[in-house]
Amino acid sequence: MKQTIQYIFISLAFLLGSPDIHAEQQSEGINATEIVLEHIQDSHEWHITGEGDNAIVIHLPIIVYSSTGWHIFSSGKFAEAPDAQGMRQGPYNLALGTNKEYKGIITERIGNDYSPVAIDISITKTVANLLIDALVLIFIIIYTSHWYRRHQPTDPAPSGLTGFVEMLITYLQEDIIKPCLGKGYEKYCTYLVTVFFFIFICNLMGLIPFGGNVTGNITITFFLALCTFIITQFSGNKHYWKDIFNPHVPGPVKIILVPIEFIGIFTKPFALMIRLFANMLAGHAIALALTCIIFIVGATMSAAWLYGLGTFSIILSICMMILELLVCFLQALVFTMLSATFIGLARTEPETE
Amino acid sequence: MELLMPSTGLLFWMTLVFLIVLVIMWRFGFPAISKMVLERKKFIDESLQQAYEAKEKLANIQKESDTILQEAKEKQAMILNEAKTTHDAIVAKAKSEAQEEARKLLADAKSTIEAEKKAAIQDIRSQVAVLSVEVAEKVIRQKLNDDKNQMQLINQFLDEISIDKTN
Repeated sequence: MKQTIQYIFISLAFLLGSPDIHAEQQSEGINATEIVLEHIQDSHEWHITGEGDNAIVIHLPIIVYSSTGWHIFSSGKFAEAPDAQGMRQGPYNLALGTNKEYKGIITERIGNDYSPVAIDISITKTVANLLIDALVLIFIIIYTSHWYRRHQPTDPAPSGLTGFVEMLITYLQEDIIKPCLGKGYEKYCTYLVTVFFFIFICNLMGLIPFGGNVTGNITITFFLALCTFIITQFSGNKHYWKDIFNPHVPGPVKIILVPIEFIGIFTKPFALMIRLFANMLAGHAIALALTCIIFIVGATMSAAWLYGLGTFSIILSICMMILELLVCFLQALVFTMLSATFIGLARTEPETE
Repeated sequence: MELLMPSTGLLFWMTLVFLIVLVIMWRFGFPAISKMVLERKKFIDESLQQAYEAKEKLANIQKESDTILQEAKEKQAMILNEAKTTHDAIVAKAKSEAQEEARKLLADAKSTIEAEKKAAIQDIRSQVAVLSVEVAEKVIRQKLNDDKNQMQLINQFLDEISIDKTN
């Protein structure tokens, strides 16, 4: 997504008939898969724009614990080009893998062998984006809460950002959390509201050019799903566990049903994890792929095709952006709603017969 | 880094960041906003209730004032009516009294006049008698000189008196 707007600007320049860019792009082969994968995958360098020598890259800090202790240094200290083994050599006997085995992994050289470092908490592109998104979110929370500290309930309702946040919170609480969780929903509100805003902000930030793909990263969705999983299990009442391990069915059916129910405990959060991850990833991939059409066409076909398909691609990209905007909200909502539903299901009291 | 493999470094940061955000949300954001929204909702509900009650009260007051006005009007009409009757009665009474008085005065005047008249007549009569006696005396004194005439007059008088007496 980071390149979308930039590419749109370049495409507009194309349409205006700028020969320089045209010629330059024609001379280079465009590998769409590479561009898309580079964007959605995590890396130690934040590639902002440009190619080759003109590239603007932010070298993010590496924080690792190897056999020689903690090391913090810039990822720019890794050699630009990989050696024969596909390793980009860096300081402290460390190397960044580019080959199949250690792609993107920081390894330590011991003798002639490489092995991954013990602890790697480097600020990767995703972590950097995560931190930025978190700062935005914290700013929004503090900014919003500021209004509430200065106003009385008798004052008129807030407007602007505060009003928007209040509207979302009220909506979540009244229409999602309360119906899904039923009685005693209050103690889950903070978690669910945080999850919603976290996902929503990360999704939106992902739409901004140069913004990264955070919620489209499986680690992020894994963590969120794990939180929901843990909360669900700890909220489970006697009825919930009885339904899993001793369902109210005849004996032989139990043999089939119990494993299914047991696996079901894990499939629910797993579905949560995959749903958010796949949706956001696909959104990013499609938006990038659509933009890449212009350059692929530009590199291989005649000008007439370029103008035609370029216009078509821009229209599609705009449509995708609008759709993504909806998806951003929808996925955050779906995640929150399903989390609330799973927790709610674990807390249902048996129907009195 | 594989697309489908969670990475521990990112997981570490995510845990840290998410917990911080969660704590900030819990400390500053959500409960405060939710509380405020609930309080505002309560306030609005109360205001609505109050407005409704005030409206009802107002309607009642209007009704009451209408009744009071109506009553006042009726009373006014009644009082006016009464006043008119009283007025009429007083006027009538005064009139009759005046008439009575007038009649009385008139009667008094009449009787006084009658009495005066009688007295006057009496007075006149007595005076006339005296005068006539005096006149007669004088006449008689003069005429008695002539005997013949005197006798004649005396006779005439006597006749007259006797006639009067026989009558």
